[in-house]
Amino acid sequence: MKIEKIIQLLDAKIVCGSHRISDDISNAFSSDLMSDVLTLDAENMLLITGLANVQIIRTAEVAEIHHLVIVRNKKVSEDIVELANELNMILIESPYSMFKASGILYANGLNPLY
Amino acid sequence: MIELRFILEGGDFDRAGTASSETKKILKQLNIDPRVIKHTVVALYEAEVNIAAHAYRGEVTITVSDHQIVAVLKDEGPGIADIKRAMLEGFSTASPKVREMGFGAGMGLPNMKKNADVLEVESTPGSGTTVKMIFDF
Repeated sequence: MKIEKIIQLLDAKIVCGSHRISDDISNAFSSDLMSDVLTLDAENMLLITGLANVQIIRTAEVAEIHHLVIVRNKKVSEDIVELANELNMILIESPYSMFKASGILYANGLNPLY
Repeated sequence: MIELRFILEGGDFDRAGTASSETKKILKQLNIDPRVIKHTVVALYEAEVNIAAHAYRGEVTITVSDHQIVAVLKDEGPGIADIKRAMLEGFSTASPKVREMGFGAGMGLPNMKKNADVLEVESTPGSGTTVKMIFDF
């Protein structure tokens, strides 16, 4: 699924990394627990999270994740945006809850990681 | 042989992960297998988060030789009273603040063990902990 479509489905907006808008993603994982994200053996997936701290970017960096959706209308700070930009990631903010965002994407064909 | 050294501060969650980030850049420049890089930086990041969460300060030394990466994280802190118990998935003594950051679920040490070829943990309660990890390639 193209990031463009994800943005449209989640009524979301891009915070940074708009050059990745045409990237194609096939799997997603929803979690507020970065420890869980760090145990995944997958690359190039979409991370859906309700956290908006710098550790989501650090976790994504070491886990080779470049596409993140921040749900529940959480706002990321300037330094987080700067770091995400530096690491070539796209950050998207959605007003939806994690359950709603995950449900919509799943119903539209985005696959779970497992 | 290349040696990298980083100083970590306990409680500093803004900077936790910077040693892993720098290490990742250098391992990439050395053209090391991306799978080995991922295992190394995931385990290193878990260890960095542990120091930020539990210790007062720490020092990380990464040595890259022809066929392996050795990471040694030595901290000054409360130490681990029962290492066997700390290795169990789900066992955690992390504070609510650490949990709010998305950690503290008792998965750090088990995940370090999963990613490293060798994991050695030595600890003196009241003094500190030393973690050594080896990644072969």
